[in-house]
Amino acid sequence: MTEVLFFIEVVVAGLLAGTMYSLVALGFVLIYKASATFNFAQGAMVFFAVLAFVGFMELGLSFPVSFVVTVLLMVLVGFCTERLVLNPLMNQSEDTLLMATIGLGFVLEGLAQAAWGVEVRRLDLGIGDFPIEWIIDVFGLFVSALDVTAGIVAAVLIIGLALLFKYTRMGLGLRAVADDPGAASSIGIPLKNIMLLVWSAAGVVALVAGMMWGARAGVQFALVDLALKALPVLIIGGFSSIPGAIIGGLIIGATEKVLEVYLGPFFGGAIEGWAPYVLAIFFLLYRPEGLFGEKIIRRV
Amino acid sequence: MTIDRNFPIGEPVLEVKNISLRFGGVKAITDSSFSVLKHEIKAIIGPNGAGKSSLLNCINGIYQPQEGSIAFKGEVLEKITPNLIAQKGISRTFQNLALFKRMSVLDNILVGRRLHMNSNFMQVAFQLPKARAEEKENLIKCEEIVDFLEIADIKNTPVGKLPYGLQKKVELGRALATEADFLMLDEPMAGMNVEEKREMCRFILKVNDELGTTMVLIEHDMGVVMDISDNVVVLDYGKIIADGPPDEVRANQEVIDAYLGVSHD
Amino acid sequence: MEQKVSNNNSFMGYTRSDLTNFLIAMILSFVAIPLVVQTDYWYSSILIPWLCLALAAIGQQIVMGYAGQLALGAAGFMAAGAFACFNLILRVPDIPFFVALGLSGLVAAAFGILFGLPSLRVRGIYLMVATLASQFFIVWMIDKFGWFKNYDTSGIITAQDIVILGKPFTSPLEMYLVILVVVTVLTILAVNMARGSTGRNWMAVRDMDIAAESMGISLLKTKLQAFAICAFYCGVAGALFAFTYLKSLEPVAFDIKLSFKILFMVILGGLGTISGAFIGAAFILLFPVLLNSVGNNVFHGAIDATIISSIEQVVFGVLIIVFMIYEPLGMAKLWGNIKQRFSRNK
Repeated sequence: MTEVLFFIEVVVAGLLAGTMYSLVALGFVLIYKASATFNFAQGAMVFFAVLAFVGFMELGLSFPVSFVVTVLLMVLVGFCTERLVLNPLMNQSEDTLLMATIGLGFVLEGLAQAAWGVEVRRLDLGIGDFPIEWIIDVFGLFVSALDVTAGIVAAVLIIGLALLFKYTRMGLGLRAVADDPGAASSIGIPLKNIMLLVWSAAGVVALVAGMMWGARAGVQFALVDLALKALPVLIIGGFSSIPGAIIGGLIIGATEKVLEVYLGPFFGGAIEGWAPYVLAIFFLLYRPEGLFGEKIIRRV
Repeated sequence: MTIDRNFPIGEPVLEVKNISLRFGGVKAITDSSFSVLKHEIKAIIGPNGAGKSSLLNCINGIYQPQEGSIAFKGEVLEKITPNLIAQKGISRTFQNLALFKRMSVLDNILVGRRLHMNSNFMQVAFQLPKARAEEKENLIKCEEIVDFLEIADIKNTPVGKLPYGLQKKVELGRALATEADFLMLDEPMAGMNVEEKREMCRFILKVNDELGTTMVLIEHDMGVVMDISDNVVVLDYGKIIADGPPDEVRANQEVIDAYLGVSHD
Repeated sequence: MEQKVSNNNSFMGYTRSDLTNFLIAMILSFVAIPLVVQTDYWYSSILIPWLCLALAAIGQQIVMGYAGQLALGAAGFMAAGAFACFNLILRVPDIPFFVALGLSGLVAAAFGILFGLPSLRVRGIYLMVATLASQFFIVWMIDKFGWFKNYDTSGIITAQDIVILGKPFTSPLEMYLVILVVVTVLTILAVNMARGSTGRNWMAVRDMDIAAESMGISLLKTKLQAFAICAFYCGVAGALFAFTYLKSLEPVAFDIKLSFKILFMVILGGLGTISGAFIGAAFILLFPVLLNSVGNNVFHGAIDATIISSIEQVVFGVLIIVFMIYEPLGMAKLWGNIKQRFSRNK
């Protein structure tokens, strides 16, 4: 019985940690949907956003003020990216855009470190990484409060974005742009504003993801590597699907935890470092378009 | 024209039987059969979206038809891939140009010689006599094609920088370089002016006449089709509605309806 | 790009200008540099890592610049090569150094084939993620299985001395010459492949895979071949890098940052040219040196070292973006354009 409980605990912890991957992946999907750009810089945006947030807090700004200022900063980053990187590269090949966003990632990482230094910062959200008492009492499970918070925040964010895209004019425009940018702009949908909105939304998502990660593991450069795991998440979920990002994150989170706990000891641990990527390869072999992605038929 | 040909038209060499191709729920080709005779020039015509290119792509192995069979030189081909088709001696050009854009004209044509070059990468890396001799030999062949197509002045230009008409010519050159005895040309004259079309026709007829290459070509220009083809297949909505000599097809009521856009009910 | 010459002025397919360039490079690197450069610093901190990384960049160039496969795991293959070389010299008595080096390349090539398999199904960023698996897996495997490190617990293993025909090559100049020989030979082979039918097949697959297949090129064979050769070059480069530059073997030295560095060398140097690998490696290596010396000499150390390395990152990132926008074929193309302008003005 305790073994079953322990297994459930591992899976739950994995699922909740997976929501954090989902958050990073979500930002990626937003940009991919709107501009068909693989934004490799999403991980760097996570790092940049949370480092800026901590930096503003250290200047003595209050929590909400820091949050708002950081959001504004991320909007600025989105604006600059749209004007300076994406616009000049319009109609270029996917690979070219991908490489440009790798460059963008390096710029953001470098800027963040130049502005706020390289030390590891603590980020205290007032939520401990401790098990929640009443869950222990009722179910006999140890589940971290921070994980649960991250799960709830992720859910709220996702529902919020879904509503935004479904019921606002901007959202409608976005879907039109995603379908056919040329046609959308020719009927008067403001392409630039939509891009700006999407990049800003991705920036906000990055900030939230960064705060969750930062609270757990400290605000540090290693966040960039963690964020890289959003890539296998996307492969599993499909690059253009918001539910895919969520479920992909959950699958990766749960699988890597289970493997680490049950197989790790036999191999000296740290399986987490590569397991998501190998899992992604298996998905690529059997379902290259991901769980929720559209099957791509190449035309000749 | 048919009187004293170097290579008189012979037996069927390619036989397409009852093939159907669907993309999801969309039917691209429905239960179509036709055959191509040895040494003939066969045109495939039909309105846009009739399934002409899809038909070539099935023969070429890029699409896998759900039903039907394709036989080449009497052999029914199982599990068709573009590679297998190339090895069997069928070459082709593509509707929307499929050139190697960053490579020079000559290099593009040299790729067409792929199946005539068997040095492995070690022999190439060490420039062993075999690799060098082979390279030289094939280079000469390609220079001949370049001269034949009258594009010697641009042979070192990356094809991506050439105008459309010239790119079409390079693609024909690449297909010729394979020395395949069966050539499929997908709209070889699209986007060309009258002068260029005439020139292209001359090349096609010359190749057919001098080498006996069997040709299947998709073309929209009726004048061209009627002039150079021995037989014509007409496709409409993924179905073959006529198959025969140009004059016969031209008189076919169904074909006239398809082209004038009589409603289908 | 490359000029094809079918006249008789060529020797083994090389033009006269090829041969002059080659001769100049040989005289410079084998004679002039050893005569002129006397300080160890130049060998051990600039020339040796430059040649090693340029070799790895040639590998990356083959798979990415020529075959068009977006791979991001060069450092993983380098690690495989480095540790293979360490173990071969350790466990095979009297194995000649160059034999060990070649075998290390082959070990890396085996990994290259294994992790190149996904390229048969996917492209672009999908492939990039799949190759990241090789990066993380190889480094993890070496780190976690004691055998690879000869059960050394300190974490840092000193590399053996390079001994060729009984003579140890341990001074920076001697090691430089050893590397130079290897790099020269492998560069010539790479140029031959790139210009010959092998390279044409790679480029055909890169530019239009369906057409390449229709011409009889096997995508399977061509892609795996490119991956294998890439990994071979990276493996040899990794072994040389560990034995002559790091002088130690530690898996962490081959982390993803190194893979990114090599990726940047190829992108900035110029995709699809062998010379781009050398130019890119020189730039990525020399720019930080320059930046540091500016920091030390102009600002007298007033700028924190971490700030300098951050600036370096920003500059690399900005350059990638700028090149993608204005000259996707990189510095090699820029250099070509400059040369062309000068020869036209004459």
